[in-house]
Amino acid sequence: MTKYRIERAPAPGWMRILIPLLAIPVTFLLTSVIILLDGANPFTTYYHFLVSPLAGRVSAIEVFVKSTPLLLTGAAVAFAFKGGYWNIGAEGQLYAGAIAATFVGTVLLDVPPIIGIPAMVIGGFAGGLLWALPSAILKVKLGVDEVVTTLLMNSIVLNVTSFLLNGPWRNPVSMWPQSPEISAGTVFPQLIPRSRLHFGIIIAVIVILIIWFVISRTSFGLKMRAIGLSKEGARFAGIKVNKTMLIVALVSGGIAGLAGAGEVAGIHFHLIDAISDGLGYSGITIATLGGLHPLGVGISALFIGLIDTGAQTVSRVLGVPVYLGDVVQSTLLLVTLSLFVLQNFRIRRVN
Amino acid sequence: MHAVQMKGIVKRFADLVANDHVDFDLEKGEIHALLGENGAGKTTLMRILYGLYHADEGQILINGSPVAIHAPRDAIKLGIGMVTQHFTLVPTLTVAENMVLGETGSFTINLKEIEKKVAEASKRFGVPVNPHALIRHLSVGERQRVEILKALYHDAQILILDEPTAVLVPQEVEVLFNALLRLQKDGLSVVFISHHLNEVMQICNRVTVLRDGKLTGTVKIADTNLKDLANMMVGRENFGVTRQGEREQGKVELRIEKINAVDKKGLQALKDVSLEVRQGEILGLAGVSGNGQTELSAVLCGTQKITSGKVFAGDVDLSSADTSDVCAAGVGRIPEDRHANLVGELSVAENLILDQMDKFKKNGIMDQQKIQDNAEELIKTYNIKANANDRLRTLSGGNMQKVMLARTLSQNPRIVIASQPTRGLDVGATDYVRSTLLEQRDRGAAVLLLSEDLEEIMALSDRIAVIYGGKIMGVLPAQEATAEKLGLMMAGSAA
Amino acid sequence: MEFTLFLVGLIAATLRVATPLIYGTLGELFSERSGVLNLGIEGTMFLGAFVGFAAASLSGSLWIGLLAAIIAGLLAGLLMALLSVRLGVNQHVAGLGITLLTTGLSLYAFRVIFGESKVPPSIESFPMLSILPETHILAPITNQYLLTFIGLALIPVVWWIINKTRFGLQIRAVGENPEAADAAGLNVYAIRTAALAIGGSLMAVGGAFLTMAQLGSFTFGIIAGRGWVCIALIIFANWKAVNVLWGALIFGGVQALQLRLQTLGFKLPYELFLSLPYVVTIIALTIAGRNSSAPSALLKPYRRE
Repeated sequence: MTKYRIERAPAPGWMRILIPLLAIPVTFLLTSVIILLDGANPFTTYYHFLVSPLAGRVSAIEVFVKSTPLLLTGAAVAFAFKGGYWNIGAEGQLYAGAIAATFVGTVLLDVPPIIGIPAMVIGGFAGGLLWALPSAILKVKLGVDEVVTTLLMNSIVLNVTSFLLNGPWRNPVSMWPQSPEISAGTVFPQLIPRSRLHFGIIIAVIVILIIWFVISRTSFGLKMRAIGLSKEGARFAGIKVNKTMLIVALVSGGIAGLAGAGEVAGIHFHLIDAISDGLGYSGITIATLGGLHPLGVGISALFIGLIDTGAQTVSRVLGVPVYLGDVVQSTLLLVTLSLFVLQNFRIRRVN
Repeated sequence: MHAVQMKGIVKRFADLVANDHVDFDLEKGEIHALLGENGAGKTTLMRILYGLYHADEGQILINGSPVAIHAPRDAIKLGIGMVTQHFTLVPTLTVAENMVLGETGSFTINLKEIEKKVAEASKRFGVPVNPHALIRHLSVGERQRVEILKALYHDAQILILDEPTAVLVPQEVEVLFNALLRLQKDGLSVVFISHHLNEVMQICNRVTVLRDGKLTGTVKIADTNLKDLANMMVGRENFGVTRQGEREQGKVELRIEKINAVDKKGLQALKDVSLEVRQGEILGLAGVSGNGQTELSAVLCGTQKITSGKVFAGDVDLSSADTSDVCAAGVGRIPEDRHANLVGELSVAENLILDQMDKFKKNGIMDQQKIQDNAEELIKTYNIKANANDRLRTLSGGNMQKVMLARTLSQNPRIVIASQPTRGLDVGATDYVRSTLLEQRDRGAAVLLLSEDLEEIMALSDRIAVIYGGKIMGVLPAQEATAEKLGLMMAGSAA
Repeated sequence: MEFTLFLVGLIAATLRVATPLIYGTLGELFSERSGVLNLGIEGTMFLGAFVGFAAASLSGSLWIGLLAAIIAGLLAGLLMALLSVRLGVNQHVAGLGITLLTTGLSLYAFRVIFGESKVPPSIESFPMLSILPETHILAPITNQYLLTFIGLALIPVVWWIINKTRFGLQIRAVGENPEAADAAGLNVYAIRTAALAIGGSLMAVGGAFLTMAQLGSFTFGIIAGRGWVCIALIIFANWKAVNVLWGALIFGGVQALQLRLQTLGFKLPYELFLSLPYVVTIIALTIAGRNSSAPSALLKPYRRE
């Protein structure tokens, strides 16, 4: 007679791909409970959630617009996690990038886009990098836990933003807490006329391709993967753990900063308090969902972008609160995390 | 009358069968040795009895009745106590608090009263401890006493001791044995896990021998002798690999001058250690576990800094080197803990190049073909049972060690630091590792072998040094080093 | 005289600001001493704030509201336990996931229950106690919410539980050396689960204080990073219950002071003032470094073979 046993052993590789796919129906099953509580039909809701946005041209484009910063924060978090650095601060680094980009955009007046756009990109990257710097230095020099420091840096940058918007950058005309507009030469060009889809998504795709190449093909990538999997093992093999981790942390911050620059230069054209509203935290969801693989991150960012867009459609069409998107997103994260535990088991046939 | 009967116990860990239909019985009031090499399955069997592991098959009877032991608390209720190798005490709690940790009862705890009861128990069982002391302030021997008292305090009738002497100095061993004999008289049944034949002969009534997870047999000590036991344990009298003859030794390659270092707790672990290893020799460093070997190995591997002293590899000063400097200086390292020092989630091929990436890259980009070729060649040469793209953690301990050997030795290091290189390996893998080390010596490398296995040291070394309490007690040529002499030095007397 | 009034007002405000921090930090203390970093705190406080408010509003009883908040926090703690203790997933990500989930659920439910009215709904909040007559100079200090006094009283109670009771001993043991606790016969999972559940309830009360006592209404920005302040405070307090008081009072004091100064017309970049606690924590973290009494098993899931 054949029996099956569950044992603790690494599951085959295809499980890694299957798990996120499995997580999606489980998530929708769980969240349909709260949809029912609101008196809506889960099937109709999920139709508008997942299909409607892709059916219309405008909303389909909007999915990509929403995905643009998510691709970058997802990439930032995945890159850091892959290298063993628990960067929880993408949210704050995004704000720092947005502040830096706003600064560039309001200082560089009358520049041609050929100068203005690269300046915004560099500025955004530098802003995120600088905001990631203190936590990274404290981590590698003094061993201070980066989770807590990056988290606290998020709170600090919110206060800094609010200080800037209520102080030096307060719009002198409207007195609204929003910065002056950035100059025309620093605005990211639209990719499709009369849509919000902008140059930022090209940056995002390039960034994803670069980090994919770096992680999988270069010696730096092998070093950071080794560190991410076993600091001790990496150190023993003569890899300079601290130096590598510092670079990983700073690049991760820079990438998150690019997301902020994109939101300023492509969407809002000035700095506002609510420039992110959780895009950095979504990056953690996306990185986890994508199994920390850059291409996986790409797909999950698009999926979360779809959920964000779908939540608005659902809200508009059915009157279901738009926060359903947040619930679905976070449930998906927790379900995926839980299902990843399955990776450590396999079913074996015993005779 | 049987205190414990274990019948047909099977325990699997993934592909490894740690216990393969093992039968074991313990009579009331006896000291019963569980003997076997590292990895023979002794600890696994007893962890099953104590509820730390679950057997896949088999039955356990306590005092004649079948029982189900799901967790240590079940075992404790059945009167079983276990003192594991890694002590299970909470360092930030006091002795008394540790004693009552598993108890249920009143919501509040009256520490004064508990301390009094612990002090009484300590007196009654003849196991001296200080109830107020914080565990982290106690020595290893004292902690062991706390562990034993803890079991007795919970009315253990059956006491399992997992290699209790491995961490003790000879004087402490004496104290332990006296206590055990006294407790035996009071009716305590003891399982004594060991791989030291002499201890087993000295204190036990019966002995059960395990080999590769299987039962070899159970005999009365009175009916057996050292040689027979050794036979049962390893399946033959001696390991096949020993050093053949003397060699002309070259110039000094590794020079350690008066180094000092501290352990993890910040206590002095190495005291003015000086050693020289020459080209074409194996210098064996013998010693009881925990006398500074771990720290010395870490220093030479570049993972720990010294507080003073000098280390030279040839002319290269490695006194403040980190791992990358050590690699660059041509020092090959076989570390104590191969699990921690390889990367389990990377492939075999990637692990094999991790400390020599520069040779496998062009303009920062890894040459995948070259990495693959290298892996396949080493897998063949070193007889590693795995594919190049397998994740390392799926390999057995022996194959993992071969990966480490292959990575290290294929670079033809001029110095080899090997720490406990055969710990936990089966006989075949052990022989393989030992002959590989001898090949390195014959090739002209300077080999420093740190091992707690005296037989291994004596079989392989040209010269033997002994470390005790972080100090080198002396260095003897192999011809002069008898087990007796070395034993005395390992216990702290100078050469 | 004027200075006395200023001081009295400052102390009174400090106590008010410190109250949710005390609850949150004590909750986090339970979690962390048992070995689990619960980054779900920010969301759990938010959940407590919402559930307390909503239940009070729907039932008309503040006490039912408070009870509902406690239960909601307990459930959030149990969910964290399921993920981080039972399944052993990464505590950082699980905690943040719970913060995102509980925040999302609260917002969703708020919209479902209260719709999208322009005027934020409100409830009759807990009254302040009047221990001294209004006219007494010290009245602003003594006449606080009951929840503030309970919070202050909880500090020694929590100290006593952790240090003097069997449950506390067990929490300390599983937080320091779960292997040892397991070998001693303790159920590591159950103890950590209980610690997280209690912790979650306390966090939720901290949130509920804001909606049910201090404000009487629910706004989306109500927690505004207070949970993260608690994460900071626990480090500042070196994982000791008694120090939570000093930490919360200092942090509360800084905020109260900047509010006072602002109302007195001082031109301060108050947003930067608000960042001070975080900066101080990062510095404290740096200085404390290796001397900290962080539980040894913090962040390490326990699994027996």
